[in-house]
Amino acid sequence: MKSDTITRYILFISSLVVLLVSAGMVFSLVGDAVPVFEKFGWRFIISTDWNPTEGRESYGALPFIAGTLSTSLLALLICLPMAFATSLFIAEYFRTSYVSSVLGTMVDLLAGVPSIVYGLWGFYTLRPVIVSLGLDAQGYGIFTAGLILAIMIIPYATSISSQIIAMVPTELKEAAYSLGATRYEVIKYVVLPNARSGIVASFILAFGRALGETMAVTMLIGNTNIIPTGLFSTGNSMASVIANQFGEADGLKMSALIAIGLLLFVITGIINALGKMVIKRMSR
Amino acid sequence: MGQKNNKKMETLKLKDNSAYRTSKDKVFLVGVIIVSIITISPIVLIIGKLVWEGIGQINFSFFTETTPSTFEAMTAVANNEVIPGGIVNGILGTLLIVGLASVIAIPIGILVGLFLYENQQSRYAGLIRSLSDILQGVPSIVLGLIAYLWVVKNIVHGYSALAGSVALAIMMLPLIIRSTEETMKMIPETLKEAALALGVPYYKVIARVLIPSGFSGLATGILLSVSRILGETAPLMLTTLGNPMVNWDITAPTSAVPLLIWNFYNDPNMLSLIWSSSLFLMGFVLTLNIISKRIVAKI
Amino acid sequence: MNKNIDILENPALKLENLYIAYGKTDKYAVRDVSATIKKNAITAIMGPSGCGKSTLLRAINRMHQLYPDVKTQGNIYLNEKDITKMSAIHLRRKIGMVFQRPNPFPTMSIYDNVVAGYKLNGIRMKKNERDAIVEQSLISVGLWNEVKDSLRKKGTFLSGGQQQRLCIARAIAFKPDVILLDEPTSALDPIATSKVEDLLVQLKKDYTIVLVTHNMSQAARISDYSMFMYLGDLVEYGKTKMMFTNPRDKKTEEYLTGKFG
Ligand SMILES: Nc1ncnc2c1ncn2[C@@H]1O[C@H](COP(=O)(O)OP(=O)(O)OP(=O)(O)O)[C@@H](O)[C@H]1O
Ligand SMILES: [Mg+2]
Repeated sequence: MKSDTITRYILFISSLVVLLVSAGMVFSLVGDAVPVFEKFGWRFIISTDWNPTEGRESYGALPFIAGTLSTSLLALLICLPMAFATSLFIAEYFRTSYVSSVLGTMVDLLAGVPSIVYGLWGFYTLRPVIVSLGLDAQGYGIFTAGLILAIMIIPYATSISSQIIAMVPTELKEAAYSLGATRYEVIKYVVLPNARSGIVASFILAFGRALGETMAVTMLIGNTNIIPTGLFSTGNSMASVIANQFGEADGLKMSALIAIGLLLFVITGIINALGKMVIKRMSR
Repeated sequence: MGQKNNKKMETLKLKDNSAYRTSKDKVFLVGVIIVSIITISPIVLIIGKLVWEGIGQINFSFFTETTPSTFEAMTAVANNEVIPGGIVNGILGTLLIVGLASVIAIPIGILVGLFLYENQQSRYAGLIRSLSDILQGVPSIVLGLIAYLWVVKNIVHGYSALAGSVALAIMMLPLIIRSTEETMKMIPETLKEAALALGVPYYKVIARVLIPSGFSGLATGILLSVSRILGETAPLMLTTLGNPMVNWDITAPTSAVPLLIWNFYNDPNMLSLIWSSSLFLMGFVLTLNIISKRIVAKI
Repeated sequence: MNKNIDILENPALKLENLYIAYGKTDKYAVRDVSATIKKNAITAIMGPSGCGKSTLLRAINRMHQLYPDVKTQGNIYLNEKDITKMSAIHLRRKIGMVFQRPNPFPTMSIYDNVVAGYKLNGIRMKKNERDAIVEQSLISVGLWNEVKDSLRKKGTFLSGGQQQRLCIARAIAFKPDVILLDEPTSALDPIATSKVEDLLVQLKKDYTIVLVTHNMSQAARISDYSMFMYLGDLVEYGKTKMMFTNPRDKKTEEYLTGKFG
């Protein structure tokens, strides 16, 4: 009997690790972000100035927030029709057939490609294509980064959406067919309304993914500390500015980068919680 | 009678739109197929490009020698030769960092997963479950920052393999917790009860009943989480820094395959070595992925 | 032996040498079934579980066509017209179907469920026309008084029996010629069952009804004609009264006397 108590204690203690890591994470990020917030206050979030020159130091995160949001929104926009069509292919049109499992496997493979490999491929394949199409002279910027981000989050959104779509009861679809509906009409009036919140959640979660992606964006966004002015403008995202400037950072600049990390942590946390909430509400 | 007339009229009305609706249906299907093919085409393009550019450099020295200096690489490229050296420092570094991360994350993850399974309904377990979900969503670069603040600044006082492993372990942890809990839920309750009824101590039930019968589920979760962290670059940039030599000291800077790609991707002389490294990394990740899927299929 | 006793004049449906198989096996779920089904009558299909009742019923509105694995041979005529020569849209518009488990569309209100057929088929109507159809259909299934104040509520809030009547309303709102029902009362309690049965008897004035049922006494109570199927074969088909009092086939007799099934 005594050994059982010990076992339960060990299980309980290990659960504390999760608690400590989470709490410690918030504590450390906040603690090390304090100097920059003390110095600049809310201006840190709304200022566009990023100047590490000693003596005239000034840090504002707005360009990076803008860079993260614009690339991620663009990625989401591209992801929407692609992931939607692919999940219909897998979970509705060809659900029991061989092609569907082949496509599903390829989507899984896409999900497994490391970010750095996406970055490399984007750098040497996608970027030249954009240049040769005459869209942009250098091929760096919001558009290229958003496109590669889209490719990265599509498999994620697709795999959740297709699971949700596959869950729409056959009897509802048959009821619609028995009333003379075509497949398109069944999708529009039965499958979609029934799977709607799950599909929305899958896109929210995919968006959350896009926000925190680092390597591929860093390699393609152009790394200029400005608010992007257009689709082909260069910029910098929150993750990429950390990745790029961390090496030579200390003091106040380090604090500024950690504060950006904190912001990123909070934003992705909110987006993920939202997505999880929608899914949870649906499964009830 | 009136109703009958009414009926015929609407039938006619329907006949009119059925051709239009059928063609709309077909157009939509064709659209779905085309978009789906476009969606998956990058995987073919990426693998094709990696193999095309990278296969030539994968040879014996690729696995046995350390990265060449830029100068060596430049000379080789100028003479149209294969770049000398390999990426053994990166491969062994990746094994060290990922291995250490696994050593940290797997036991803790399994224990936490068991804890959640044992305390399904408790509110504290619910909190832990939510925290673990939140951890899973934290961007890897933020985990890099954390490991930097904790390990690099306060424990080792320098860039080190250990710091990278801590970042990757935090990444693995929620994946292992979740897969353990899900696996345990699938094991029939009766199996556990039968053992407990015989008076077997609880830790033995865990070690002899729960873990063996959930083995394939656990293995899948572990392999998937390893394949997830294998290609991680961002956290390592902030923690392990890189090293041109093979290093086994967990408190010293260490190289890793994704770090090498990041360091040299823009160097034209090193490029073919970088493609090979990517091909190797990708092959490694996908193999793990496929093996873990195989295990699932076997259950 | 002639399985198909009643060769009817001017039938609503005519089945001719129907064979249906799932998958590539040569095992037929329905084997060589021929029958004519009378207009404005209730025809019951009976038989033990797995004998092919649902399979046969679903051939009539070409439901099997949704699943490429299901192979159908033979002919079915609706009002003398070959159903394979019509578009599936058109055919299903004329043949309504009610399923074993009530399946109102959970995302639609009661009102929208009744007119779902029109919406799905892209038929636009004025609001008063639509209101009239909803009211008329709900009245004919005896649901109007129960739900007229909550038409905007979701159909899934109703009780099982009400839901099933809503599904019947959804089928008849579209004014088909034939209604197919696959064990429509098997998920309902006795009171709800008897309501649905009464409703079907009333509806046969306007519709041809084909009813799959497990429940022999239900078939005896409300059907005019009965089919007895066994292992994919149509063993016996005739007037219900005749079949129950004087079955011609030994298997039928055994089934009706409860020896198996
Ligand atoms: N989707 C399917 N795939 C493969 N075989 C099927 C399928 N549906 C039915 N069958 C088989 O076809 C035969 C007839 O099934 P059917 O559903 O028509 O029987 P039923 O008479 O309606 O039975 P029940 O009274 O249980 O509803 C059975 O042997 C069944 O196993
Ligand atoms: Mg059936």
